Amino acid sequence: MAPIGDIPIKIEGEPAPPAEYGNALPVLSQVRHALAQLVQGGEPTQIDLGAMPFGPGDEERLMALLGTGEVTATVDALGLTHIQETAFSGVWIVEYLNTDGQRVALHLEVDHVPQLLRSQPEDLGAALAALNTQLAGAPDAT
Amino acid sequence: MATASPQRTDGRPAPTPQPTLGESLRRNGVSRRGFMQFCAATASLMALPPSMAPAIAAALESARRPSVIWLSFQECTGCTESLTRSFSPTVENLILDTISLDYHHTLQAAAGDAAEHAREEAMHANAGEYLVVVDGSLPGPKANPGYSTIAGISNYDMLMETVADAAAVIAVGSCAAFGGLPKADPNPSGAVSVQDLIKDKPVINVSGCPPVPMVITGVLAQYLTFGKLPELDQYNRPLAFFGQSIHDRCYRRPFYDKGLFAETFDDEGAKKGWCLYRLGCKGPMTYNACATMKWNGGVSWPVESGAPCLGCSEPDFWDAGGFYDALSVPPGRSGDMLLAAGAAGVAVGTGAGLLARSKARTAEKQHETVTAEQLEEKL
Repeated sequence: MAPIGDIPIKIEGEPAPPAEYGNALPVLSQVRHALAQLVQGGEPTQIDLGAMPFGPGDEERLMALLGTGEVTATVDALGLTHIQETAFSGVWIVEYLNTDGQRVALHLEVDHVPQLLRSQPEDLGAALAALNTQLAGAPDAT
Repeated sequence: MATASPQRTDGRPAPTPQPTLGESLRRNGVSRRGFMQFCAATASLMALPPSMAPAIAAALESARRPSVIWLSFQECTGCTESLTRSFSPTVENLILDTISLDYHHTLQAAAGDAAEHAREEAMHANAGEYLVVVDGSLPGPKANPGYSTIAGISNYDMLMETVADAAAVIAVGSCAAFGGLPKADPNPSGAVSVQDLIKDKPVINVSGCPPVPMVITGVLAQYLTFGKLPELDQYNRPLAFFGQSIHDRCYRRPFYDKGLFAETFDDEGAKKGWCLYRLGCKGPMTYNACATMKWNGGVSWPVESGAPCLGCSEPDFWDAGGFYDALSVPPGRSGDMLLAAGAAGVAVGTGAGLLARSKARTAEKQHETVTAEQLEEKL
């Protein structure tokens, strides 16, 4: 199925300025609370922006308010996930795409490092076993 | 979901257990990180907080593919169209990897006896464990069965036979959930809903005309993940998706609170995106997930496109008055046909309108403007 963005639409005239529905600022306030919790108690928070009743332009307004930080990462596993640090340290935008490149979830993570970037505990044991196997089969370096 | 298959009593060999989802993903080279990504998206799909992703991962690790039999009765195929336009996860993933869709006469290649044989095989092989999804209403037991048959079998007989050994029934769409268009006055085919007939099995209603595609897949994903049915509202709809009214989750709600309404579809208020209540929006009495999950992969939804909510996920919405009559306006003015609308629908529409107006007056009196900073101080 072709993505909806591929449908050719030509807009004549000046595009209307984005409306302001006032839903971005309350989310920013929620982020501030989450960041305070992280600073004071080390408790991380995840916010599902897909569950917010955003109007047109609200998401863009929120992203503009959050700004862009120093770190960008992409995880390529069962579809791409784009991770972007915001201008506020500890506040991350995490966009999950499916294998067709369509967004399936958009989260804000307030944490030292987003969960998805951490090595998964179940993988560590498997990695250790794989390294042991590789070393056992390697020629003696001495 | 990871329960053992029941003992076979017909002498045939027990079916080979399906691999768990965790086993299946590892076999296909999906990393743990990929799995966690899938679980984060699944949490959003099920309207659960992202912090539930680890619990979802633990449950999905041992989940097995449930067998699903999909029955289509008096319907327009809009619900299947809605599902096949869903992509969270992609319907291909859902059908091929997550559930075992053993019978769906619109989507399956088999036809005639071969198709019916597939349905019977799935019922025997998964007795007591399979899910039955129904879209469309059906002529009741006292109606003429000739109004809707499949392979010479009446809808009523097929439903009762198929449901007999099912774990649960999911009624997809307002026709299956509440009777929908076929049941609308004067109901020529004697149509009834699934819950009118099934009394000894759990029935989950996923209403809407059609339902939001992610809600259909979300309910299936929830059953797959936790192996149990979700918490339901008074109409047997999952609370996770139908727990809040369109009005309460609408981004235009601030305009309602300020008394700013579009009066026609092309006036200044309409252009500025004001509240559509006076243009017939049924948001105050409608419970659904459109305002947050939206349609077409989150692109938009009716109110965002300037059209009032029709209330399509509520019982008997076809008979509840004119789509473009405001809730406080008694229905019937849109044409002589609507004068025949059911009295219950009129009462619901008018009552909801009065309630909404009363609430609006109270809200107006108690309204207090607060800034984000003041709100923070209160928190």
